[in-house]
Amino acid sequence: MKKLLTAAALSVTMAIPATADTTKVGFIYIGPVGDFGWTAGHDRARAEMAEHFGDAVETTIVENVDYGADAERVMTQMAISGTDVIFAASFGYGPDVNSVAGRFPDVAFQHATGYIQDHPNISLYDARFYEGRAVLGHIGGKMTETNTVGYIASFPIPAVIAGINSAYLHAKAVNPDIQFRIIWTYSWFDPALEADAAETLIEQGADVIMQHTDSTAAVRVAEDAGVMAFGQASDMTQFGPNAHLSAIVDRWAPYYIDRVQAVMDGTWEAQNSWLGFADGIIEMAPWNDRIPAELQEEADGLIAAIIAGDYHPFTGPINKQDGTPWLADGETAPDVDLATMDFYVEGITAELPN
Amino acid sequence: MILGSINPAVLIAALMVAATPILLAAIGELVVEKAGVLNLGVEGMMIMGACLGFIVAVNTGSPFIGFIGAALAGMALSLLFALLTQALMTNQVASGLALTLFGLGLTALLGQQYVGVTPPRTPKLDLGFLSDIPFLGRAFFSHDIVIYLTIALVAAVWWFLKYSRAGMILRAVGENHDAAHALGYHVKRVRTLAIMFGGACAGLGGAYLSLIRVPQWTEGMTVGAGWIALALVVFASWRPWRALAGAYLFGGVVVLQLNLQAAGVRIPVEYLSMSPYLITIAVLVFISSGKSRASSTAPGSLNRPFHASN
Repeated sequence: MKKLLTAAALSVTMAIPATADTTKVGFIYIGPVGDFGWTAGHDRARAEMAEHFGDAVETTIVENVDYGADAERVMTQMAISGTDVIFAASFGYGPDVNSVAGRFPDVAFQHATGYIQDHPNISLYDARFYEGRAVLGHIGGKMTETNTVGYIASFPIPAVIAGINSAYLHAKAVNPDIQFRIIWTYSWFDPALEADAAETLIEQGADVIMQHTDSTAAVRVAEDAGVMAFGQASDMTQFGPNAHLSAIVDRWAPYYIDRVQAVMDGTWEAQNSWLGFADGIIEMAPWNDRIPAELQEEADGLIAAIIAGDYHPFTGPINKQDGTPWLADGETAPDVDLATMDFYVEGITAELPN
Repeated sequence: MILGSINPAVLIAALMVAATPILLAAIGELVVEKAGVLNLGVEGMMIMGACLGFIVAVNTGSPFIGFIGAALAGMALSLLFALLTQALMTNQVASGLALTLFGLGLTALLGQQYVGVTPPRTPKLDLGFLSDIPFLGRAFFSHDIVIYLTIALVAAVWWFLKYSRAGMILRAVGENHDAAHALGYHVKRVRTLAIMFGGACAGLGGAYLSLIRVPQWTEGMTVGAGWIALALVVFASWRPWRALAGAYLFGGVVVLQLNLQAAGVRIPVEYLSMSPYLITIAVLVFISSGKSRASSTAPGSLNRPFHASN
């Protein structure tokens, strides 16, 4: 086995000069590129990046790759076949990326939304989705007539929890009676389960559905039930032209172009990037016409303030759910708190799963 | 009271919707296994039905023709399995797994143009005054016709297996194919027909997902429903009515946990989601030991290949 790996590593080092003109870029995805959500967002960026560089890059994708052995096998295969930089586009690939990166020090690894960085050839990148969630909360809080927001969440990881907190705080700010009902599906992609969850939330009084899962099912259900919804990661308007208020749209392209350029220039270095509205990595899908003009302006203003750095979505005073103080008046949340968030803020009535 | 926001009638109605796709697939697989064939390709046949049923429904504008298309698509894929396992004598487990992978890949390709398309709606069945009965009307009499036909199908399969001559031949083939062959029954023909029936049912179950429950086409949208259907057959110890009860129990667990979560009740979701599988294992342990053994074990020739020369 070890021999095989050495041979593999050799073939990589030999492959690089041989294909010096084209940079090989590999992508592994947790879902199908046709999910119209998270994976679609990454693949959009891949296509944009490929178009930007033209013949100078050659991209490969493998979709529906499970965490664990499958991911390791796919990335190892990519590394052996001379890929220069591998983008692993899901949180759960962390251990696999680190294990493969250790064996292929000459390959650059880019891990989305991860936190493990054991080797100097691993870069981490993430988007400040909570900035977008603040906008959703503001709009949702004003648009709801039942004062109830239904939230379909995937896994209780910091990014998702921070999203719920951000949406809640901004809904609460404009609507003191707001109530959040939260369902955890323990899956990123399960259309039937997400549809059932949306129906359950609507049945229990929610008239605005937010989701942190990848399928378009909830928007579809909201459209049929005549309530409102926000899409996830991609513009999901076509699945519910009336229901779809907006969506946080992931735009990884500028970052991907930047990183692939660095690989081409030989200046690629491991970094840990957390990018938001200001970097053009996330943007909002076009406002639905049913959002009143003044509310659209408020939302635009909120985004502008975040971009300008005048406003941080987590600005104190904010208490944790149990009443203990988290941020003092005027204090903004340090990144480390957000990246490790494991608590709800005060006012959310649901209990956070462990 | 926190539970106040949960409406039991709606809960029952949602449970029936959640249970129907897996029940359809399970009742088909039950017949297949009763004939002595283990087809692990249920997931693949379901996704074929979900995809082709959706495509046909969109192009014809009729969900009913869509369901027929789904049944035919599931059947077509199952014929491939029949060809492999009955004619070419390949391993059933491997062929079934291959069928699942093939179905998932093929539909990803076929369905590409249909992502984001809205299918024609399946109307709710008008049951007149029945739907107006308080509680019962909302829970039981406000559904689409497929839910009722599925229950009728369970009854038909039960009658077929228990009382019809053809059903007894099918069971004989499943229990002991050598004996059935010696009696002059066409083992492979019976099995092929059973496999086709299973494929059609799985296709219908898939179409129920893409045309009614979700309703849209998304790649890989069955997400394991076929495997739950397989577990359900074992859970039901190969009996149609138990499959119905099991499907409603499995569906009920899903719907109940969603409702409890939305109502803010602190429940260990992980364990609740696991419970159908745990119950299935418990049932397996139970039926493989103890008194009920003779009446509720797997068909004797299940997963054993048959060749007339044996």
